[in-house]
Amino acid sequence: MPELDLTQLKVGETGKVVEIMGGIGLIKKLAVMGVTIGTDVKKISAQFMGGPVTIQVGNTQLTIGFGMAKKIIVEQEK
Amino acid sequence: MKKFLLVGNPNVGKSALFCRLTGINVITSNYPGTTVEFTKGYLILEGEKIELIDVPGTYTLEPTTPAEEVAVRMLKEGDTVINVVDATNLERNLNLTLQLIKRKVPMVVVLNMWDDTKHKGITINVEKLEKTLGVPVVPTCAVTGEGIKELYDRLASAKAGTVECEESERWGKIGEIVSEVQTLSHRHHTFWERLGDISIKPATGIPIALITAFLSFKIIRFIGEGLIGFVFEPVFEKLWAPLMMKLSSLLGSGFLKEILIGKLIEGKIDFVESMGLLTTGIFVPIAMVLPYVFSFYLVLSFLEDSGYLPRLGVLVDTFMHKIGLHGLAIIPMMLGLGCNVPGALATRVLETKRERFIAATLMAIAVPCMAQIAMIVGLIGKYGAHALALVFGTLFIVWVILGVFQNWLIKGDSPEIFVEIPPYRLPYFGALFKKVWMRIKWFIQDAVPFVMLGVLIVNIFYSLGVINFLGKIFAPFITGILGLPYEAVAALIIGFLRKDVAVGMLAPLGLTMKQLVIASVVLTMYFPCIATFTVLAKELGVRGMVKATLIMIVATFLVGAVMNLIL
Repeated sequence: MPELDLTQLKVGETGKVVEIMGGIGLIKKLAVMGVTIGTDVKKISAQFMGGPVTIQVGNTQLTIGFGMAKKIIVEQEK
Repeated sequence: MKKFLLVGNPNVGKSALFCRLTGINVITSNYPGTTVEFTKGYLILEGEKIELIDVPGTYTLEPTTPAEEVAVRMLKEGDTVINVVDATNLERNLNLTLQLIKRKVPMVVVLNMWDDTKHKGITINVEKLEKTLGVPVVPTCAVTGEGIKELYDRLASAKAGTVECEESERWGKIGEIVSEVQTLSHRHHTFWERLGDISIKPATGIPIALITAFLSFKIIRFIGEGLIGFVFEPVFEKLWAPLMMKLSSLLGSGFLKEILIGKLIEGKIDFVESMGLLTTGIFVPIAMVLPYVFSFYLVLSFLEDSGYLPRLGVLVDTFMHKIGLHGLAIIPMMLGLGCNVPGALATRVLETKRERFIAATLMAIAVPCMAQIAMIVGLIGKYGAHALALVFGTLFIVWVILGVFQNWLIKGDSPEIFVEIPPYRLPYFGALFKKVWMRIKWFIQDAVPFVMLGVLIVNIFYSLGVINFLGKIFAPFITGILGLPYEAVAALIIGFLRKDVAVGMLAPLGLTMKQLVIASVVLTMYFPCIATFTVLAKELGVRGMVKATLIMIVATFLVGAVMNLIL
């Protein structure tokens, strides 16, 4: 399975988080919302021109900035 | 008195629960800006009066925003914690629950939005969860009142939880608990979920946002104008005016008549120009401003309760970064359109000091409150839409330019958006009207006295000759730069108190359309009213406030001068 970051994942596709390439601050912030290594996230939308990305984790929808989305590496699932 | 705290993630229904619990036999006091400050109420439990505090929502006990800091600070004061959990989001919510349990305070866990679990195909074994956590667990639906009685009955048996885990093992532990107590079944997407998805995708979301903005604007105008034209003006003209005329002839021409009734214009009372406490002092807030305040809050409250605002924030995020903010900053701006005070408080949802400064100054300078908007519409609406477009268009341009400028000038970056998007909910109309009513009540209680005070001061100043005196001193600025008659200084002075009265004071000056447009823009920008000033000073600190004031004054004169030259 190819590894992508969340900005590269297509809207409607699902991926399993394999790496968060950020500091402890980002890792904690994401964990609080339920995004940790191993969780499945579905991409709901992406705004134009490097805008934020919206993902679904469990029953939570979460919007994160483009920069943060770039740091979240997922393994694409079919 | 014992203190009970309602603690939980944002958007889990703490406030709805708060209303339910304190609704019987209570006095609820409401601090302005309920989302960022705490709200207190009382309930009687086994004959004992208990203070219940609605704490701002937080995801974690390691706060990242000032609103979350309030929540964590409040925790130290609580005797019992009522931990409100979104039953449809058990896993994420248990993170806070376990952190709370670690503090060993007596607590009760409330599984709120219980009704939603059914549509979402979620089954939770409540007894098992109760046993695992070691605290009472009560399912509720705060909006409909289901389960509130049970919660009430079990509050007394609140106790410290028994589940234990190390910081590093918390997520593992949560996973374990959830897999034991929760089962999921497959289900189809609901209409609301589909709507949620299309309104956050740019290709469909941007048209939806434009339609929403257009409809909101139309509805606010329709209700506001309707109430003024068919209810308030007739009542004042047909009932109140004759009464006041009688009172006027009874009082003769003494000092009391000047204060209460004001000047008669061509032998009649002019509710805008007379400037008496019982004429202008009542007419302006009740008949000109209140209808718009009501219709605005009706629409805003609907948008707030439906869950649309965060989605709108996401759509405008890229643009908001150009002015040093992120998408969520539209929330203080929208609240500011109602009243700048809650708007200033709502800047606390932003993470950094830099963002809060930019958002607060932009709002204070370029976002007129509904009271002022209503007066501007009342005063220059007669020149047609293009006159209004000049005022509000200029303010919007100022808002953008000042934002870009501050983003460039102030050191640092603004963080990216990071926000949970709530599911859409059809607003529960009981709660919606209660909210609108609270805001209206706040307006009547807090704004009307200030309007009256403003009118009173105008009278005193005029009779003492203060206006003439100051007008001549400031004439070089007011006449020279802004092109306004020197009497406009009176409006600028009263604007410190109330902007709506200040706009009304322009009426008798016989200004041209150009002068009215400039005066409206200047009155919006130059300085916030006293209520907003007080809150801003608290939020920004003395140094921040001095900086903000300088920006205001410079910007006002620049914009006023440019408008005077090119219009």
